[in-house]
Amino acid sequence: MANVLDIRRRIRSVVNTRQITKAMKTVSAAKLRRAQEGALAARPYSQMLTTVLKSLVSRADIYDPVTGLPRHPLLAERPEKNILLIVVTGDKGLAGAFNTNILKMVSKFIESKPDQNIDVECIGRKGRDFMRRRYPLAPERPAAAADGEAGVAPVHSDTEVAPPRAGRVQIAGEYIGVLGKVDHNFANTLSQNVIGRYTRGEIDGVYILFNEFKSVIAQRLVAERLLPIKEIGEVDIQMAEEASLEERKQRIEAAKSAGVGLRPADTSVLDEAAAHFATLPVDYIYEQKPEQLFEGILPKYIGIEIFHALLESVAAEHAARMTAMDAATINASDMIDSLTLIMNRARQAKITKEIIEIVSGAAAQ
Amino acid sequence: MANTFQLEIVTPSRLLVKDAAEEAQIPGLSGYLGILPGHAPLITELAVGVITYKASGATHTLSVAWGFMEVLPDKVTILAETAERPQEIDVERAQKAKERAEQRLKSSDPQTDYTRAEDALQRAETRLNVAKEK
Repeated sequence: MANVLDIRRRIRSVVNTRQITKAMKTVSAAKLRRAQEGALAARPYSQMLTTVLKSLVSRADIYDPVTGLPRHPLLAERPEKNILLIVVTGDKGLAGAFNTNILKMVSKFIESKPDQNIDVECIGRKGRDFMRRRYPLAPERPAAAADGEAGVAPVHSDTEVAPPRAGRVQIAGEYIGVLGKVDHNFANTLSQNVIGRYTRGEIDGVYILFNEFKSVIAQRLVAERLLPIKEIGEVDIQMAEEASLEERKQRIEAAKSAGVGLRPADTSVLDEAAAHFATLPVDYIYEQKPEQLFEGILPKYIGIEIFHALLESVAAEHAARMTAMDAATINASDMIDSLTLIMNRARQAKITKEIIEIVSGAAAQ
Repeated sequence: MANTFQLEIVTPSRLLVKDAAEEAQIPGLSGYLGILPGHAPLITELAVGVITYKASGATHTLSVAWGFMEVLPDKVTILAETAERPQEIDVERAQKAKERAEQRLKSSDPQTDYTRAEDALQRAETRLNVAKEK
Protein backbone atom coordinates (compact mmCIF):
# COMPACT_ATOMS: atom_id res chain seq x y z
CA MET A 1 0.00 0.00 0.00
CA ALA A 2 1.27 3.44 -0.95
CA ASN A 3 2.32 5.88 1.70
CA VAL A 4 -0.46 8.26 2.78
CA LEU A 5 1.90 11.20 2.74
CA ASP A 6 2.99 10.50 -0.84
CA ILE A 7 -0.58 10.33 -2.04
CA ARG A 8 -1.46 13.51 -0.25
CA ARG A 9 1.44 15.23 -1.96
CA ARG A 10 0.27 14.02 -5.34
CA ILE A 11 -3.24 15.23 -4.71
CA ARG A 12 -1.91 18.65 -3.86
CA SER A 13 0.02 18.80 -7.12
CA VAL A 14 -3.02 17.76 -9.16
CA VAL A 15 -5.10 20.40 -7.37
CA ASN A 16 -2.54 23.01 -8.41
CA THR A 17 -2.64 21.83 -12.00
CA ARG A 18 -6.40 21.98 -11.97
CA GLN A 19 -6.23 25.56 -10.81
CA ILE A 20 -3.99 26.46 -13.75
CA THR A 21 -6.16 24.73 -16.34
CA LYS A 22 -9.23 26.36 -14.87
CA ALA A 23 -7.64 29.79 -15.10
CA MET A 24 -6.55 29.13 -18.68
CA LYS A 25 -10.04 28.10 -19.56
CA THR A 26 -11.49 31.32 -18.15
CA VAL A 27 -8.90 33.39 -20.00
CA SER A 28 -9.62 31.58 -23.26
CA ALA A 29 -13.34 32.08 -22.80
CA ALA A 30 -12.82 35.81 -22.37
CA LYS A 31 -10.55 35.96 -25.39
CA LEU A 32 -13.02 33.95 -27.40
CA ARG A 33 -15.75 36.40 -26.56
CA ARG A 34 -13.56 39.28 -27.66
CA ALA A 35 -12.64 37.50 -30.87
CA GLN A 36 -16.29 36.88 -31.61
CA GLU A 37 -17.08 40.54 -31.09
CA GLY A 38 -14.23 41.48 -33.37
CA ALA A 39 -15.52 39.22 -36.10
CA LEU A 40 -18.97 40.70 -35.70
CA ALA A 41 -17.65 44.26 -35.93
CA ALA A 42 -15.84 43.36 -39.14
CA ARG A 43 -18.99 42.08 -40.74
CA PRO A 44 -20.64 45.24 -42.14
CA TYR A 45 -17.55 46.26 -44.10
CA SER A 46 -17.10 42.94 -45.83
CA GLN A 47 -20.81 42.56 -46.48
CA MET A 48 -21.05 45.99 -48.04
CA LEU A 49 -17.96 45.44 -50.12
CA THR A 50 -19.40 42.19 -51.42
CA THR A 51 -22.74 43.81 -52.23
CA VAL A 52 -21.09 46.58 -54.20
CA LEU A 53 -18.95 44.16 -56.13
CA LYS A 54 -21.90 41.99 -56.98
CA SER A 55 -23.87 44.93 -58.28
CA LEU A 56 -20.90 46.15 -60.28
CA VAL A 57 -20.59 42.79 -61.98
CA SER A 58 -23.90 43.45 -63.68
CA ARG A 59 -23.07 47.05 -64.55
CA ALA A 60 -19.51 46.78 -65.73
CA ASP A 61 -18.54 44.68 -68.71
CA ILE A 62 -16.75 42.10 -66.65
CA TYR A 63 -17.39 39.32 -69.11
CA ASP A 64 -16.36 39.33 -72.72
CA PRO A 65 -19.58 39.43 -74.79
CA VAL A 66 -18.21 37.10 -77.46
CA THR A 67 -16.56 34.34 -75.48
CA GLY A 68 -18.40 34.83 -72.19
CA LEU A 69 -15.09 34.65 -70.35
CA PRO A 70 -14.18 37.13 -67.66
CA ARG A 71 -11.88 39.96 -68.66
CA HIS A 72 -10.37 40.64 -65.29
CA PRO A 73 -7.27 38.51 -64.60
CA LEU A 74 -8.39 37.74 -61.05
CA LEU A 75 -11.53 36.08 -62.36
CA ALA A 76 -10.03 34.08 -65.19
CA GLU A 77 -9.26 30.45 -64.63
CA ARG A 78 -6.13 28.95 -66.10
CA PRO A 79 -4.51 25.53 -65.77
CA GLU A 80 -3.03 25.12 -62.30
CA LYS A 81 0.67 24.51 -62.39
CA ASN A 82 1.89 26.51 -59.44
CA ILE A 83 -0.32 27.11 -56.49
CA LEU A 84 -0.01 29.07 -53.32
CA LEU A 85 -1.33 27.73 -50.07
CA ILE A 86 -1.83 29.97 -47.07
CA VAL A 87 -1.94 27.95 -43.86
CA VAL A 88 -3.42 29.57 -40.78
CA THR A 89 -2.56 27.92 -37.45
CA GLY A 90 -2.04 29.24 -33.97
CA ASP A 91 1.12 30.70 -32.47
CA LYS A 92 0.70 28.75 -29.25
CA GLY A 93 -0.05 25.19 -28.27
CA LEU A 94 -2.16 23.71 -25.48
CA ALA A 95 -5.23 24.01 -27.66
CA GLY A 96 -6.11 20.34 -27.96
CA ALA A 97 -5.97 19.02 -31.49
CA PHE A 98 -6.47 22.46 -33.05
CA ASN A 99 -3.07 22.79 -34.72
CA THR A 100 -2.67 19.07 -35.39
CA ASN A 101 -5.95 18.87 -37.25
CA ILE A 102 -5.09 21.79 -39.48
CA LEU A 103 -1.66 20.37 -40.26
CA LYS A 104 -3.13 16.94 -41.01
CA MET A 105 -5.40 18.59 -43.52
CA VAL A 106 -2.44 20.48 -45.00
CA SER A 107 -0.71 17.17 -45.68
CA LYS A 108 -3.88 15.83 -47.23
CA PHE A 109 -4.22 18.91 -49.39
CA ILE A 110 -0.65 18.67 -50.60
CA GLU A 111 -1.18 14.99 -51.44
CA SER A 112 -4.31 15.85 -53.38
CA LYS A 113 -2.29 18.08 -55.71
CA PRO A 114 0.56 15.76 -56.70
CA ASP A 115 1.35 17.40 -60.02
CA GLN A 116 1.51 21.01 -58.94
CA ASN A 117 4.24 23.06 -57.40
CA ILE A 118 3.08 24.41 -54.09
CA ASP A 119 4.31 27.51 -52.33
CA VAL A 120 3.27 27.65 -48.70
CA GLU A 121 2.77 30.78 -46.63
CA CYS A 122 2.54 29.99 -42.94
CA ILE A 123 0.65 32.21 -40.57
CA GLY A 124 1.24 31.13 -36.98
CA ARG A 125 4.24 29.58 -35.28
CA LYS A 126 2.89 26.04 -34.99
CA GLY A 127 2.31 25.72 -38.72
CA ARG A 128 5.69 27.24 -39.46
CA ASP A 129 7.51 24.75 -37.22
CA PHE A 130 5.67 21.84 -38.80
CA MET A 131 6.30 22.91 -42.37
CA ARG A 132 9.94 23.70 -41.73
CA ARG A 133 10.57 20.17 -40.57
CA ARG A 134 9.22 18.81 -43.84
CA TYR A 135 9.84 21.27 -46.62
CA PRO A 136 12.65 23.55 -47.70
CA LEU A 137 12.48 27.32 -47.62
CA ALA A 138 12.03 29.09 -50.91
CA PRO A 139 15.23 30.70 -52.11
CA GLU A 140 15.62 34.29 -50.92
CA ARG A 141 14.63 37.02 -53.24
CA PRO A 142 17.08 39.85 -53.61
CA ALA A 143 16.35 43.17 -51.93
CA ALA A 144 12.66 43.15 -51.27
CA ALA A 145 11.29 46.62 -50.77
CA ALA A 146 11.37 46.47 -47.01
CA ASP A 147 8.88 48.85 -45.56
CA GLY A 148 10.29 48.48 -42.11
CA GLU A 149 6.88 48.01 -40.58
CA ALA A 150 6.72 44.99 -38.34
CA GLY A 151 4.67 42.04 -39.52
CA VAL A 152 4.11 43.41 -42.98
CA ALA A 153 4.69 41.20 -45.97
CA PRO A 154 7.21 42.58 -48.43
CA VAL A 155 5.85 43.49 -51.81
CA HIS A 156 8.12 42.57 -54.66
CA SER A 157 8.47 44.70 -57.71
CA ASP A 158 7.15 43.49 -61.04
CA THR A 159 10.47 43.26 -62.81
CA GLU A 160 12.09 40.57 -60.69
CA VAL A 161 12.54 37.07 -61.96
CA ALA A 162 11.77 34.32 -59.48
CA PRO A 163 14.78 32.16 -58.56
CA PRO A 164 14.63 28.38 -59.13
CA ARG A 165 12.48 26.39 -56.72
CA ALA A 166 13.90 24.62 -53.69
CA GLY A 167 11.45 21.75 -54.05
CA ARG A 168 7.98 20.87 -55.24
CA VAL A 169 6.64 22.12 -51.96
CA GLN A 170 8.46 25.07 -50.50
CA ILE A 171 7.88 27.65 -47.81
CA ALA A 172 7.44 31.04 -49.39
CA GLY A 173 6.76 33.05 -46.31
CA GLU A 174 6.06 32.90 -42.62
CA TYR A 175 4.31 35.32 -40.32
CA ILE A 176 4.55 34.90 -36.60
CA GLY A 177 2.98 36.98 -33.90
CA VAL A 178 0.37 38.58 -36.15
CA LEU A 179 -2.49 36.65 -34.57
CA GLY A 180 -2.40 38.32 -31.17
CA LYS A 181 -4.12 41.33 -32.63
CA VAL A 182 -5.45 40.66 -36.09
CA ASP A 183 -4.74 43.72 -38.16
CA HIS A 184 -6.46 44.49 -41.42
CA ASN A 185 -3.31 46.10 -42.74
CA PHE A 186 -1.49 42.82 -42.48
CA ALA A 187 -4.21 40.95 -44.38
CA ASN A 188 -4.24 43.67 -46.98
CA THR A 189 -0.50 43.66 -47.57
CA LEU A 190 -0.48 39.89 -47.79
CA SER A 191 -3.27 40.02 -50.33
CA GLN A 192 -1.43 42.62 -52.39
CA ASN A 193 1.58 40.39 -52.38
CA VAL A 194 -0.51 37.40 -53.45
CA ILE A 195 -2.39 39.32 -56.14
CA GLY A 196 0.89 40.62 -57.51
CA ARG A 197 2.29 37.14 -57.86
CA TYR A 198 -0.94 35.91 -59.35
CA THR A 199 -1.19 38.59 -62.02
CA ARG A 200 2.47 38.11 -62.91
CA GLY A 201 1.65 34.46 -63.57
CA GLU A 202 3.99 33.07 -60.91
CA ILE A 203 1.05 31.22 -59.40
CA ASP A 204 -2.18 30.02 -60.94
CA GLY A 205 -4.29 29.46 -57.87
CA VAL A 206 -4.40 30.64 -54.27
CA TYR A 207 -5.86 28.62 -51.45
CA ILE A 208 -6.24 29.38 -47.79
CA LEU A 209 -6.56 26.59 -45.27
CA PHE A 210 -7.98 27.51 -41.89
CA ASN A 211 -10.43 26.62 -39.17
CA GLU A 212 -13.74 28.20 -40.05
CA PHE A 213 -15.68 29.51 -37.09
CA LYS A 214 -19.32 30.46 -37.32
CA SER A 215 -20.11 29.70 -33.70
CA VAL A 216 -18.83 27.40 -30.99
CA ILE A 217 -20.80 24.53 -32.53
CA ALA A 218 -20.52 25.40 -36.21
CA GLN A 219 -16.86 24.93 -36.97
CA ARG A 220 -14.99 23.09 -39.65
CA LEU A 221 -11.66 22.97 -41.36
CA VAL A 222 -11.76 24.34 -44.86
CA ALA A 223 -9.48 24.86 -47.79
CA GLU A 224 -10.96 27.83 -49.58
CA ARG A 225 -9.90 28.98 -53.00
CA LEU A 226 -9.18 32.71 -53.00
CA LEU A 227 -7.99 33.07 -56.57
CA PRO A 228 -9.21 32.89 -59.24
CA ILE A 229 -12.56 34.15 -58.00
CA LYS A 230 -15.32 31.94 -59.25
CA GLU A 231 -18.23 33.98 -58.07
CA ILE A 232 -18.23 37.05 -55.88
CA GLY A 233 -19.87 36.59 -52.52
CA GLU A 234 -19.61 32.81 -52.74
CA VAL A 235 -16.92 30.97 -50.84
CA ASP A 236 -15.25 28.45 -53.05
CA ILE A 237 -14.63 25.53 -50.71
CA GLN A 238 -12.28 22.91 -52.10
CA MET A 239 -11.99 20.66 -49.10
CA ALA A 240 -13.79 20.62 -45.80
CA GLU A 241 -13.72 18.52 -42.69
CA GLU A 242 -16.40 18.61 -40.04
CA ALA A 243 -15.60 18.01 -36.41
CA SER A 244 -16.59 14.67 -34.93
CA LEU A 245 -19.74 14.37 -32.85
CA GLU A 246 -17.73 13.81 -29.70
CA GLU A 247 -15.64 16.91 -30.28
CA ARG A 248 -18.77 18.94 -30.75
CA LYS A 249 -20.26 17.59 -27.52
CA GLN A 250 -17.13 18.57 -25.64
CA ARG A 251 -17.23 22.04 -27.10
CA ILE A 252 -20.83 22.55 -26.05
CA GLU A 253 -20.03 21.38 -22.52
CA ALA A 254 -17.04 23.68 -22.29
CA ALA A 255 -18.92 26.67 -23.65
CA LYS A 256 -21.80 26.12 -21.26
CA SER A 257 -19.60 25.95 -18.20
CA ALA A 258 -17.62 29.01 -19.30
CA GLY A 259 -20.74 31.03 -20.06
CA VAL A 260 -20.00 31.57 -23.75
CA GLY A 261 -22.97 31.83 -26.08
CA LEU A 262 -23.43 28.84 -28.35
CA ARG A 263 -25.26 30.53 -31.16
CA PRO A 264 -23.81 33.08 -33.53
CA ALA A 265 -24.98 36.60 -32.82
CA ASP A 266 -28.04 37.82 -34.65
CA THR A 267 -26.85 39.91 -37.58
CA SER A 268 -30.03 40.07 -39.63
CA VAL A 269 -30.50 43.83 -39.16
CA LEU A 270 -26.93 44.61 -40.15
CA ASP A 271 -27.06 42.21 -43.06
CA GLU A 272 -30.27 43.73 -44.28
CA ALA A 273 -28.71 47.20 -44.34
CA ALA A 274 -25.56 45.92 -45.99
CA ALA A 275 -27.50 44.11 -48.68
CA HIS A 276 -28.83 47.41 -50.00
CA PHE A 277 -25.56 49.27 -49.95
CA ALA A 278 -25.00 51.15 -53.22
CA THR A 279 -27.59 49.01 -54.98
CA LEU A 280 -30.81 50.95 -54.46
CA PRO A 281 -32.97 51.28 -57.57
CA VAL A 282 -32.03 54.93 -58.07
CA ASP A 283 -30.05 56.60 -60.77
CA TYR A 284 -26.58 56.90 -59.27
CA ILE A 285 -24.05 59.34 -60.58
CA TYR A 286 -20.90 57.34 -61.13
CA GLU A 287 -17.85 59.46 -60.50
CA GLN A 288 -15.76 56.71 -62.00
CA LYS A 289 -16.67 54.16 -64.59
CA PRO A 290 -18.08 50.95 -63.11
CA GLU A 291 -15.13 49.03 -64.59
CA GLN A 292 -12.72 51.26 -62.77
CA LEU A 293 -14.60 50.93 -59.52
CA PHE A 294 -14.65 47.20 -59.94
CA GLU A 295 -10.94 47.06 -60.46
CA GLY A 296 -10.36 49.24 -57.44
CA ILE A 297 -12.51 47.15 -55.16
CA LEU A 298 -11.70 43.61 -56.29
CA PRO A 299 -8.25 43.45 -54.67
CA LYS A 300 -9.75 44.70 -51.41
CA TYR A 301 -12.15 41.81 -51.56
CA ILE A 302 -9.26 39.34 -51.38
CA GLY A 303 -7.81 41.28 -48.46
CA ILE A 304 -11.10 41.04 -46.64
CA GLU A 305 -11.34 37.31 -47.27
CA ILE A 306 -7.92 36.79 -45.71
CA PHE A 307 -8.79 39.11 -42.84
CA HIS A 308 -11.88 37.08 -42.16
CA ALA A 309 -10.04 33.80 -42.26
CA LEU A 310 -7.61 35.16 -39.67
CA LEU A 311 -10.36 36.43 -37.39
CA GLU A 312 -12.21 33.14 -37.55
CA SER A 313 -9.09 31.10 -37.00
CA VAL A 314 -8.23 33.13 -33.91
CA ALA A 315 -11.72 32.64 -32.51
CA ALA A 316 -11.52 28.93 -33.25
CA GLU A 317 -8.16 28.68 -31.54
CA HIS A 318 -9.49 30.24 -28.37
CA ALA A 319 -12.53 27.97 -28.50
CA ALA A 320 -10.27 24.94 -28.94
CA ARG A 321 -8.09 25.99 -26.03
CA MET A 322 -11.12 26.57 -23.89
CA THR A 323 -12.43 23.09 -24.72
CA ALA A 324 -9.07 21.47 -24.10
CA MET A 325 -8.67 23.21 -20.77
CA ASP A 326 -12.20 22.30 -19.76
CA ALA A 327 -11.44 18.65 -20.46
CA ALA A 328 -8.18 18.95 -18.52
CA THR A 329 -10.00 20.46 -15.56
CA ILE A 330 -12.53 17.63 -15.57
CA ASN A 331 -9.77 15.04 -15.80
CA ALA A 332 -7.92 16.64 -12.92
CA SER A 333 -11.07 16.53 -10.78
CA ASP A 334 -11.54 12.85 -11.59
CA MET A 335 -7.95 12.18 -10.68
CA ILE A 336 -8.30 14.02 -7.37
CA ASP A 337 -11.39 11.95 -6.54
CA SER A 338 -9.75 8.63 -7.24
CA LEU A 339 -6.56 9.64 -5.45
CA THR A 340 -8.56 10.74 -2.41
CA LEU A 341 -10.25 7.34 -2.39
CA ILE A 342 -6.91 5.55 -2.52
CA MET A 343 -5.53 7.76 0.21
CA ASN A 344 -8.49 7.10 2.53
CA ARG A 345 -8.18 3.41 1.89
CA ALA A 346 -4.49 3.49 2.72
CA ARG A 347 -5.11 5.43 5.88
CA GLN A 348 -7.85 3.04 6.98
CA ALA A 349 -5.62 0.05 6.24
CA LYS A 350 -2.92 1.55 8.39
CA ILE A 351 -5.32 2.11 11.29
CA THR A 352 -6.70 -1.42 11.00
CA LYS A 353 -3.19 -2.84 11.00
CA GLU A 354 -2.28 -0.90 14.13
CA ILE A 355 -5.41 -2.09 15.94
CA ILE A 356 -4.69 -5.70 15.00
CA GLU A 357 -1.19 -5.28 16.32
CA ILE A 358 -2.43 -3.87 19.63
CA VAL A 359 -5.15 -6.53 19.97
CA SER A 360 -2.84 -9.43 19.15
CA GLY A 361 -0.22 -7.96 21.50
CA ALA A 362 -2.79 -7.85 24.31
CA ALA A 363 -3.99 -11.39 23.53
CA ALA A 364 -0.45 -12.73 23.71
CA GLN A 365 0.03 -11.54 27.28
CA MET B 1 -36.26 68.99 -46.21
CA ALA B 2 -34.30 67.69 -43.34
CA ASN B 3 -31.18 69.68 -42.63
CA THR B 4 -29.01 66.76 -41.66
CA PHE B 5 -28.10 63.47 -43.21
CA GLN B 6 -26.98 60.22 -41.67
CA LEU B 7 -23.23 59.75 -42.01
CA GLU B 8 -21.74 56.31 -41.53
CA ILE B 9 -18.08 55.47 -41.84
CA VAL B 10 -17.33 51.78 -41.82
CA THR B 11 -13.81 50.37 -41.57
CA PRO B 12 -12.81 46.71 -41.76
CA SER B 13 -12.60 46.44 -38.00
CA ARG B 14 -15.62 48.46 -36.90
CA LEU B 15 -18.27 51.07 -37.46
CA LEU B 16 -16.24 54.21 -36.84
CA VAL B 17 -18.79 57.00 -37.22
CA LYS B 18 -22.57 57.03 -37.04
CA ASP B 19 -23.76 60.56 -36.78
CA ALA B 20 -26.27 63.05 -38.09
CA ALA B 21 -24.13 65.46 -40.12
CA GLU B 22 -25.01 68.87 -41.53
CA GLU B 23 -22.31 68.89 -44.16
CA ALA B 24 -19.24 66.91 -45.13
CA GLN B 25 -16.15 67.26 -47.28
CA ILE B 26 -14.96 64.01 -48.75
CA PRO B 27 -11.81 63.35 -50.77
CA GLY B 28 -13.14 61.70 -53.91
CA LEU B 29 -10.73 60.13 -56.35
CA SER B 30 -11.27 62.98 -58.78
CA GLY B 31 -11.33 65.80 -56.23
CA TYR B 32 -12.95 66.86 -52.99
CA LEU B 33 -16.72 66.66 -52.80
CA GLY B 34 -18.81 68.89 -50.58
CA ILE B 35 -21.97 67.15 -49.49
CA LEU B 36 -25.09 68.72 -48.07
CA PRO B 37 -28.38 67.05 -47.21
CA GLY B 38 -30.41 66.19 -50.29
CA HIS B 39 -27.44 65.39 -52.51
CA ALA B 40 -28.16 63.41 -55.64
CA PRO B 41 -27.32 59.68 -55.43
CA LEU B 42 -23.67 59.20 -56.21
CA ILE B 43 -21.03 56.51 -56.09
CA THR B 44 -17.33 57.17 -56.00
CA GLU B 45 -14.01 55.80 -54.96
CA LEU B 46 -12.11 57.79 -52.35
CA ALA B 47 -8.54 58.96 -52.47
CA VAL B 48 -6.10 59.55 -49.64
CA GLY B 49 -7.16 62.65 -47.80
CA VAL B 50 -9.10 64.28 -45.02
CA ILE B 51 -12.77 63.89 -44.27
CA THR B 52 -14.32 66.81 -42.44
CA TYR B 53 -17.91 66.86 -41.31
CA LYS B 54 -20.09 69.06 -39.16
CA ALA B 55 -22.39 67.43 -36.69
CA SER B 56 -24.44 69.36 -34.13
CA GLY B 57 -22.26 72.43 -34.51
CA ALA B 58 -18.89 70.76 -34.02
CA THR B 59 -16.45 70.03 -36.82
CA HIS B 60 -14.81 66.62 -36.93
CA THR B 61 -11.77 65.59 -38.91
CA LEU B 62 -10.62 62.15 -39.97
CA SER B 63 -7.81 60.91 -42.13
CA VAL B 64 -8.74 58.35 -44.73
CA ALA B 65 -6.81 56.19 -47.16
CA TRP B 66 -8.76 54.53 -49.94
CA GLY B 67 -12.43 53.98 -49.62
CA PHE B 68 -15.69 53.80 -51.39
CA MET B 69 -18.69 56.05 -50.89
CA GLU B 70 -22.37 55.92 -51.56
CA VAL B 71 -24.29 59.17 -51.33
CA LEU B 72 -28.06 59.21 -50.98
CA PRO B 73 -30.21 62.28 -50.26
CA ASP B 74 -30.54 61.38 -46.59
CA LYS B 75 -27.62 59.08 -46.04
CA VAL B 76 -23.92 58.86 -46.79
CA THR B 77 -22.08 55.62 -46.29
CA ILE B 78 -18.33 55.44 -46.56
CA LEU B 79 -16.37 52.24 -46.67
CA ALA B 80 -12.87 53.24 -45.71
CA GLU B 81 -9.95 50.92 -45.68
CA THR B 82 -8.31 52.99 -42.99
CA ALA B 83 -9.90 55.93 -41.26
CA GLU B 84 -8.59 57.48 -38.10
CA ARG B 85 -9.63 60.22 -35.75
CA PRO B 86 -6.92 62.75 -34.90
CA GLN B 87 -6.36 61.33 -31.41
CA GLU B 88 -5.92 57.83 -32.80
CA ILE B 89 -3.08 58.70 -35.10
CA ASP B 90 0.35 57.51 -34.15
CA VAL B 91 2.29 60.69 -34.96
CA GLU B 92 5.66 59.13 -34.43
CA ARG B 93 4.92 56.28 -36.79
CA ALA B 94 3.54 58.61 -39.43
CA GLN B 95 6.62 60.81 -39.11
CA LYS B 96 8.88 57.81 -39.61
CA ALA B 97 6.83 56.59 -42.55
CA LYS B 98 7.14 60.02 -44.10
CA GLU B 99 10.91 60.09 -43.72
CA ARG B 100 11.19 56.60 -45.14
CA ALA B 101 9.07 57.45 -48.14
CA GLU B 102 11.04 60.65 -48.78
CA GLN B 103 14.27 58.74 -48.65
CA ARG B 104 13.01 56.20 -51.11
CA LEU B 105 11.84 58.88 -53.48
CA LYS B 106 15.28 60.45 -53.38
CA SER B 107 17.17 57.22 -53.98
CA SER B 108 18.36 56.46 -57.48
CA ASP B 109 17.88 52.71 -57.14
CA PRO B 110 16.00 51.48 -60.22
CA GLN B 111 14.26 48.87 -58.04
CA THR B 112 12.38 51.55 -56.14
CA ASP B 113 8.65 51.49 -56.60
CA TYR B 114 7.96 55.21 -56.93
CA THR B 115 4.19 55.02 -57.02
CA ARG B 116 4.20 53.09 -53.78
CA ALA B 117 6.59 55.48 -52.14
CA GLU B 118 4.54 58.45 -53.26
CA ASP B 119 1.39 56.84 -51.91
CA ALA B 120 3.10 56.19 -48.62
CA LEU B 121 4.31 59.76 -48.45
CA GLN B 122 0.86 61.10 -49.11
CA ARG B 123 -0.70 58.88 -46.48
CA ALA B 124 1.87 59.91 -43.91
CA GLU B 125 1.44 63.61 -44.66
CA THR B 126 -2.33 63.39 -44.43
CA ARG B 127 -2.06 61.64 -41.10
CA LEU B 128 0.29 64.28 -39.76
CA ASN B 129 -1.99 67.09 -40.92
CA VAL B 130 -5.02 65.52 -39.34
CA ALA B 131 -3.14 64.82 -36.14
CA LYS B 132 -2.54 68.57 -35.77
CA GLU B 133 -6.30 69.10 -35.53
CA LYS B 134 -6.37 67.45 -32.16
